[in-house]
Amino acid sequence: MMKLRTFLFILCMAPLSVFSAPAGMELDEAPIDTTDNASLQRGAESFVNYCLTCHAASYMRYNRHRDIGLNEPAVLERLVYTGQKAGDLMLTAMDKKEGEEWFGVLPPDLSVIARSRGADWLYTYLRAFYRDSTTVPGWNNLLFDRAAMPHVLYELQGEQKLVVETVGGEEIESLELVKPGKMTVSEYDHYVADLVNYLVYLGEPHANERKRIGIYVLLFLFGMLALTIALKREYWRDIH
Amino acid sequence: MSKGLNALKDWIDARFPMTSNWEAHLSKYYAPKNFNFWYYFGSLALLVLVNQILTGIFLTMNYKPDADLAFASVEYIMRDVNYGWLIRYMHSTGASMFFVVVYLHMFRGMLYGSYRKPRELLWLIGMGIFFVLMSLAFTGYILPWGQMSYWGAQVIVSMFGAIPVVGDTLTLVLLGDFNLSDATLNRFFAYHVVTLPLMMIVLVFVHILALHEVGSNNPDGIEIKANKNPETKIPVDGIPFHPYYSVKDIVGVIAFLIVFCTIVFFAPEFGGYFLEHNNFIPANTLQTPDHIAPVWYFTPYYSMLRAVTVNFLWIDAKLWGVILMAAAVVIFAFLPWLDRSPVKSIRYKGPIFKFALTMFVISFFVLGFLGMEAPTPLYTLIAQIFTVVYFAFFLLMPWYSKIDKTKPEPKRVSK
Repeated sequence: MMKLRTFLFILCMAPLSVFSAPAGMELDEAPIDTTDNASLQRGAESFVNYCLTCHAASYMRYNRHRDIGLNEPAVLERLVYTGQKAGDLMLTAMDKKEGEEWFGVLPPDLSVIARSRGADWLYTYLRAFYRDSTTVPGWNNLLFDRAAMPHVLYELQGEQKLVVETVGGEEIESLELVKPGKMTVSEYDHYVADLVNYLVYLGEPHANERKRIGIYVLLFLFGMLALTIALKREYWRDIH
Repeated sequence: MSKGLNALKDWIDARFPMTSNWEAHLSKYYAPKNFNFWYYFGSLALLVLVNQILTGIFLTMNYKPDADLAFASVEYIMRDVNYGWLIRYMHSTGASMFFVVVYLHMFRGMLYGSYRKPRELLWLIGMGIFFVLMSLAFTGYILPWGQMSYWGAQVIVSMFGAIPVVGDTLTLVLLGDFNLSDATLNRFFAYHVVTLPLMMIVLVFVHILALHEVGSNNPDGIEIKANKNPETKIPVDGIPFHPYYSVKDIVGVIAFLIVFCTIVFFAPEFGGYFLEHNNFIPANTLQTPDHIAPVWYFTPYYSMLRAVTVNFLWIDAKLWGVILMAAAVVIFAFLPWLDRSPVKSIRYKGPIFKFALTMFVISFFVLGFLGMEAPTPLYTLIAQIFTVVYFAFFLLMPWYSKIDKTKPEPKRVSK
């Protein structure tokens, strides 16, 4: 009987071992830490400088940034450039109609982008742009082919070009930096990591508070478990 | 008890059956003393129902059932409402845990033959609860108005369209429009917060009434009422629900809450199984996602829906899929009459039943896994095989449960 059970268990688990890998390039692991406020603040500034011009984060209020150590005066000084109030939503300055005309598609709201795409995807994507004269924006992306977005951070990263090598009949695509930008490769990676870190925070501003409270809740419940087990034993002593 | 309180109790009892109900359902409701691990899930299902109702009320205060506002209002709850994130995660985790608990509760019934005479009606009422639960899950999942909400609902609604003659009318009534739209969202919101919860509460109440009429089954599958103390008329193997099972169920509640809160506080998305990644993209009526998968609790049935690939007997493959899927759910209701074994509990059933039940569990898991994956020819073939296994468990039961070699049942419950 035991052997049959083991066999059936393996049979049951077999399909789980053939998880198919997602098609396309492998993602780089994003080196992020949402408890690092300095990194989140740098990311917030980059976000406001580069992303908010076209994208909105319309579910997020500026003063929510108190979570990452920015009080209202700091928020107004470092993040608000267009005269909004600290309690306003982070809307984009760009007109919806114009955005659609310029890019062919309305730039998506980025409030919860890290929750649908994941940090690793964003980290890889923002580092995978290359020059491509065949596309409308003049840029293409190794992770997201024909992305409508041009390489907004090109002055920082510089220009990359696509290199296709044929190894054993298989085409392997990679990127090569041909024109350096203001930053070194390592500086740019850190810069993007801060930005992605911020996007993860932006996706769920309460995540750190959630985990912090969770520890107390679990400690309380484990205490209760001990008490309730003792209570149950006391009542059940006479049941045989 | 003080004199005043006693007088109040007598005053109420003369006007309302307070004490008699307390005794009939709690302090003098005699439950078998040998309940094991599997018997926690009934009370836990009740706990999750209460959780869903309470958190649901607070969500309703800030949610907007409007196609233009719904997605943003959920994010408003997650960010700007005080502890809104906690309420929302308790509700979303509660939805998945409701199915975990109910599936285990149903499996307990299958292990110990709890559906057998005299508990057929109790089982059928339970099936009613299961259908309402599925409808609640479906109507609730559309409310955040994300990509999966929209396109998942699109798939399910199109199933109704496959029903001959009345299909189109039914779809129109269900949607309140010619396609899935704002009108549908309003309609589903009404079903989700009024109609279905009311049905659920009534059915749960009736389920408990029916249970207390026939009495609880137990892991030995023997009737404790058959062996009563001749003087007291109390079953020898029965103990009062309160305080014995009330204190025991509290342990179960705390243990469950440890699991529940671990998910709520540390993994509310549960790796994309409880909250799907694609549902954080607002619904886009013009862009079908590459891969539509329902939430995990529907995936076994979803695989069966997709498993039928050929037209057969003048009925096209899609309708066969729908029929099969509906049958896979409804077939549980026939268990009381499919099982012809002389014993109820798996403890005394023979090897054939044990094998059949194991195969059923495996097919449920395999189909559940396949329902989450994009279909490939191999996966479809595996889904077809396990759909057959799933149905064979039920359809062959009258035969194999009869010829199986059973062990004799004991006279008294064992520890």
